[in-house]
Formats: sequence, C-alpha cells, structure tokens
Amino acid sequence: MKFIKNFFERTEPLVQKGAKYHWLNSVHDGFFTFLYTPKTTSKTGTHIHDYIDLKRTMSIVVLSVVPALLFGMYNVGVQHFKAIGELASTGFFDIFLFGLIKVLPIVIVSYAVGLGIEFVFAQLRGHEIQEGFLVSGMLIPLIMPVNTPLWMIAVATAFAVILGKEVFGGTGMNIWNPALVARAFLFFAYPAQMSGDSVWIALKDTDKVVDGFSGATPMADAAAGHLNYSVADAFFGFIPGSIGETSTLAILIGAVLLIITGIGSWKIMVSTIAGGAVMGLILNAFSGSAGLSPEVATYFSMPFWHHLILGGFMFGAIFMATDPVSAAQTEKGKWIYGFLIGILAIIFRVINPAFPEGMMLAILLMNTFAPLIDHYVVAGHVKRRVKRAKVSA
Amino acid sequence: MSEVIKLRKGLNIKLKGSAEKALDKLPVPATVALKPTDFPGLTPKLSVKVDAEVKAGDALFYDKYHPEILFTAPLGGKVVSINRGERRKILEVVIATDEKIGSAEFKKADPSTLSAEEVKEQILKSGLWPFIKKRPYGIIANPEEKPKAIYISTFDTAPLAPDYNFVIDGQMDTFQTGVNALAQLTEGKVNLGVSKDSAFTSLKNVVVNTFEGPHPAGNVGIQIANTSPINKGEVVWTINVQDVLFIGRLFETGKVDFTKAVALTGSEVKTPKYYQTTLGAPVATIVGGKLVEADYNQRIISGNVLTGTKVSEKSYVGFYDSHISVIPEGDEYEFLGWADPGFNKFSATKAYFGKLFPKKEYTMNANIHGGERAFVLSNQYEKLVPMDILPVYLLKAILVNDLDKMENFGIYEVIEEDFALCEYACTSKIEVQKILREGINTMIKELG
Repeated sequence: MKFIKNFFERTEPLVQKGAKYHWLNSVHDGFFTFLYTPKTTSKTGTHIHDYIDLKRTMSIVVLSVVPALLFGMYNVGVQHFKAIGELASTGFFDIFLFGLIKVLPIVIVSYAVGLGIEFVFAQLRGHEIQEGFLVSGMLIPLIMPVNTPLWMIAVATAFAVILGKEVFGGTGMNIWNPALVARAFLFFAYPAQMSGDSVWIALKDTDKVVDGFSGATPMADAAAGHLNYSVADAFFGFIPGSIGETSTLAILIGAVLLIITGIGSWKIMVSTIAGGAVMGLILNAFSGSAGLSPEVATYFSMPFWHHLILGGFMFGAIFMATDPVSAAQTEKGKWIYGFLIGILAIIFRVINPAFPEGMMLAILLMNTFAPLIDHYVVAGHVKRRVKRAKVSA
Repeated sequence: MSEVIKLRKGLNIKLKGSAEKALDKLPVPATVALKPTDFPGLTPKLSVKVDAEVKAGDALFYDKYHPEILFTAPLGGKVVSINRGERRKILEVVIATDEKIGSAEFKKADPSTLSAEEVKEQILKSGLWPFIKKRPYGIIANPEEKPKAIYISTFDTAPLAPDYNFVIDGQMDTFQTGVNALAQLTEGKVNLGVSKDSAFTSLKNVVVNTFEGPHPAGNVGIQIANTSPINKGEVVWTINVQDVLFIGRLFETGKVDFTKAVALTGSEVKTPKYYQTTLGAPVATIVGGKLVEADYNQRIISGNVLTGTKVSEKSYVGFYDSHISVIPEGDEYEFLGWADPGFNKFSATKAYFGKLFPKKEYTMNANIHGGERAFVLSNQYEKLVPMDILPVYLLKAILVNDLDKMENFGIYEVIEEDFALCEYACTSKIEVQKILREGINTMIKELG
C-alpha cells in the first residue's frame, strides 16, 4: 500500500498552483484524501478532534441506503419476471442478476455525471472536493423508475448538481435536497416518459406481457379507486415503484443504522410519519362525506397506515426529509418541519389528481420553508433571552 | 448548602494519562518568564530593561490602557532577555532567578479589616490583578467596574484536568483568606462552583453551588449561566483556584509567593503526576526526561487538550495554566481512515465502535481527522453546551459580523472554553474557538 501513498506524495508538487498539472489539484486532493486521511494537525483551538468527518458521515448514509438498493435490484427482477409470467420458474440469482444489470448502469451514470461536475466545480472554486454527492449520487437512482433512459438520468443529475447545489455554493449551502431536485426536474420536464404504467417495469420489446398484468403502481391504482395490493407485498416491497422506494422493511433497516449512529434525525423521521398518519386519519374521518366521487371515497377510506408503506413515503421520511442541510436546523423546527411534510405528502397524494405521489413535492416545499420555520423558532429563543434580561434588570 | 444543579448536556472525554495524586517538589527554576501573549487583547508596556534587578512582585510590564494593572516578576532575579516577535511584539520577559533576592514588601493584614480600596490597591500593586478575569469577554478585569458577583469554579471537568481537591490540600485557610479579599471587591457574593464530595464546602463568606454532569460542568462560564446568567451591561469576575491562593498568601505574609502545582498528564508521559513549581516556570523543568521515548512527534500543551496552547520545551507554562498535557502529534496519513470500524476510536457521535466501551481510556493525537467543510450537520453543538444558547447561530452571527445578533444570541455569556467541545466534535472541522474570539474582539472594539 505504501506505493500509493508515495505516488500521491510525489505528485503533489506537480498539481500545485502554477505547476504543470495545476488543473488536477482538486482531483488529486480528492483521491488522496479519500484513500488517506490527511496528516494535518490542529493549528488553533482544540488540540484533539473527533474522528468523525464528512467522509465518515456520508459513507454511513450510503451504507444505510444499501439494503434498499439491493432489494430494489431484486424487485426489478421480480417485477420483470412477474410481467412475463416466469416468476415461479426463475431462480433467485437470475432475478437478482436481471435487476443488477438494469440498475447498475443508472448508479454508474449518476455518480459519473455528478462527481465529474463536482470535480470541475471544486477545481474552479479552488476548494476541496465535497462529499455531499456521495449520498445524492446513490439516492438519485433509487428514486427513479427503472425504465428511465440513462441520458435522462445524466441530464437530471447535471441539473440537480449545478442548479440544485453548486450555484448556492456547494454542500452545506443548498436549499433543496439535490436528489429530489433531479427527480422533480424529470417529473416536470419529461412528464410523458415519467408517468404511466410502463415506466415501472423493465421489459424488452420482445417480452410478452401476461394477460391481466397492468404494471401500475398501487398508488396509481388507488387514485383510480382500486385498492389492489397486499399489505405484506407493500411492506416487504414486492410492488412496482421507483427502484429503491418499494420495500418499507429495507428502508427501516437503513433507518435503524441512521438513528443508532445519530446521523439521521429521528425527530424528523418520527414527526414525518406522525404527520402522514394524522392526515390519513383525517381523510378516513371524511371518507363518508357527501359529494365525493366513488374513486376518491375509496382512496379516502384506505386504512391510514397503508399510506406509510406505499409509494415513496417511507423512503422520503427516512432518507430525504432528514437531509441535514435542507431540513430545519433547530430541534423544535424539526418537529414542525417533519410533521408538515407528512401532512402535505398525503394531501398531495390523495386530493390532488395531477400527482399520484406527493412525497417529493411535500419535501421540496418544506425544504423551501425550513428557513422560515427556523427563523421563528430562533426568534422565540431570542425573545425568551431578552425577557430574561428584563426580568433580572 | 444549596441544591445540586444537574447538567445533562456535554461530554466527558476519557484520555489516557491522568495524574496520580502525588506531588513532587521541583527545585527553583534557573529562569522564569511572563508571556504577554497569555492575555488576550492586552497591549503591554515594559517597565524594566534588560539587566534590571527585580524582586518578586516588582513590575515587569503594565497594561497600556490601564497603567494601574501591573504584571510582576514571579521570582526575584535579573531580567536577562525580552524576546520579541513580528513587529517587535513582546513575547516573553525572562528573568534569571536569584534566591538571594526575595520578594517586595506589601501590607500584611487580614483583608476583612481593610477597606475595599486598600484590598484592590494591594492586589493591583503586587501583580495579582491579572488573575482576575471578567465576563463578558474573558479578559483581565477592569478595576473601575463593579462586578455583580465573583465566581470561582473549584473543579475542572476538562480531559485530564488537575483535581483541585488534591491541590488545595493543607491550604484551605490561605484559600479562605483569598476569598475574604475577593469578597471586598464586589457588592455581590463570591460564588463557588463545587462538585459532589468537594473539599471546598467548608468555606465561609461564599455562596456554594453544587454541579453535577459531564464536561463543561466545571467551566465557570457554564456555572454562571446556570445560576445567574450575564445580561447586557452586567459584569462578573472569575478567578482560578490556585490564583486565589496567591492572593491569600499575599495578605497572610505581606509577600508574593507564586508557588503552584502543575499536573503533568497525557498518554506520552511516563508517570503522570503533580509537580510543585512556580508561576512562569520553564516547560522543560516539568516535562524534561519524563516523556516516553517515541519515534513519532509529540505535542506539549500548556493547559488541557481542548483549550490549551501548544508550547515547545523551551517555552514557559502559561499564566493561567495548572496543567500540561502531552499527546502524540499525529502528523501521519491514515489509510482509509473514514472506513475504519474504529474500536479504538472515541467519538462524540456513535459512528465508531469505540462508543461501545464507555469506560475505556483513549490515546488521542492532534490530527484533525478530515478536511474543513461548511456547516452540514445540525444539533451537534447544541448537545455539548449546557446553556440557553444556540451555538451555531451565534457563530454564524459572528461570521457575518452582525453585532445585534451576536448580542441576542448570547456573546456576553461565553468564551472559547465553553464552546471548545463543539470544536472537538465538529464534523465539518470548523475552528469554533477562533471564530468566537474574533467575535469577542469585534464586540470589544465596537462597544468597548
């Protein structure tokens, strides 16, 4: 392993300002610090520093998404073979392999485009490469329908990284969750390709679909007034949907890791889920109201907790809403922020006929309002402090 | 006795090499020095020249803007050098000690029988005033101000910190004299922050507040915030335990006696213990020959690992420090450091397995373990500051230089040591203490 270190140390002078390969500085630094934690020691302030850094933090988040990714790959295979009626006759490894071949290119394109842009910006701005995209690059594939063309993934990723993040100043400065910006971009720029029943199932032109297989997500069905899914399938994830969002179980495994390590905010997770449940209950209460069409009434009466295991709700609550940069920063604010995401997601989902799924828009909307929530929480804090000063004076 | 104030926020960092309770007497050092750089914001003016002979308690330099505040020689001898840095900034005033030259003479009297003015004058003249610091800002107290109270923390919760219950042993009467003198300086009370099972609870003429909880419970700033927080326009004075002893001895004997105990601690020390020496002693007299042999670099810190100053063996112990910590420098690369499961790595987060062994003592080096980034994670600092303050908002207010916000977010209540844990734990490796001091300097400059 020594030779790698020697290589990087030897090449370091070549990438300094004014040297021949100065334009490779950030890339050099990026790879070097990835392989070797730097030898920089403390110059001011505390002499000891925690072992935690952004690389560690981000790699734990990536790790927590892995169960959802692996299951997503498997489910892509399951849905494919179900569609052509060969599920029962296909082995586990063939199913997984099919999904792997489908999903891996999407992951690679997302990382290649995103990191490429990240490297260029780091070099132009003269700062170190930031680790934020390690997570976004993993989340983007997981919230895409499996049939999204690779060029769309590339365009969406570029849009998200440049306009969703770099224009604000990079990781830590962005307003919206970059992965959701990518998804929203595709959703509004290519609505025809991003909706309907065919995007969720990977099929070749030559594949013949068995009779009666629709390929629609349970969400789309529910919006049309049909509740045809089994709770077990929805919980374990054997339903059509975006690649990583279907399995509530796999997502909860990731949630456990995030909560144990303290990297994901359990407050946001809990309040988002509570918000969704409360809104579900409210809809249940109104399901008998006069004037509702039969389809809507059916959707209203869907047991409230089914909302939590269908669609992207859980994935959004665990991995998207908790993004520390775009979420509320204050502890009180986190409760409000999460709760409103839950409420809004279900409202969008059920009451707005234009969008079968509401999680993406709910989170992006609350990302926008998070600074406002914080502003009022902080103003309350200051008010209390000022009051204290007056009391004692 | 008052009730126990329980603090939940904070973190104890368990390092290897805490001092055993044994005190070795060191011989009188050949040289001693005062370093004007130990006093933030001070503009020193010299009162002596090289080759001048000084008694202990004779002025070496004074504060340009408060000429009554003197900084005096810890021991008698001859001024041998005045070391200067960039732009002729005075770094050290060094004295070659001579045991035949004793201490200057001051009044020997029970401070309770003296007037407040007499006590103040004696402390100023003898050079003990700089030990009294003021909040806000953590700088030397202004003798013209009237503090609402004086606070003394009698225990230190910082990593490897000295145990003052041990240090004070046999000197409680002197401490009481010191407290009596301080009591003359305020219209309020002298407040003692004590831990459970403290030796200090027998003192009179004081208000005792008992604190329980992890570091920074022993920080005087935290103790003030949890008993009587500082508001705009209020001033509180603080002083360290051993410095109260100096004041006590001054009034008991009429002479200055800067004898103090310094704890030598850290993973790089062969047998960590306490050494009796004097104010301004050379680091080498305490550290020399007592470190483990190593083929890597070691870092000597005057003070604790969170707030201390990096010093060389040729330097002198800091004015306010009772503590030297020695840790590995850690200027080495670590292969895939971020991917290590980390059974030997202590972390404030639970991202390393080291968290599973709460009793273990760790060796930590001075490596930063990562690169500096923008603020990314939230609620990391808040968990470590047991005060009604939002640290990140205060720091951001400082970064954008917004005086109103700094005031609203509580800059009067904190100094670097209160936020030191945040800097230790920060994922983004932000230089919290440096930012805070810049904010404090701005406040002093703009508002005086």
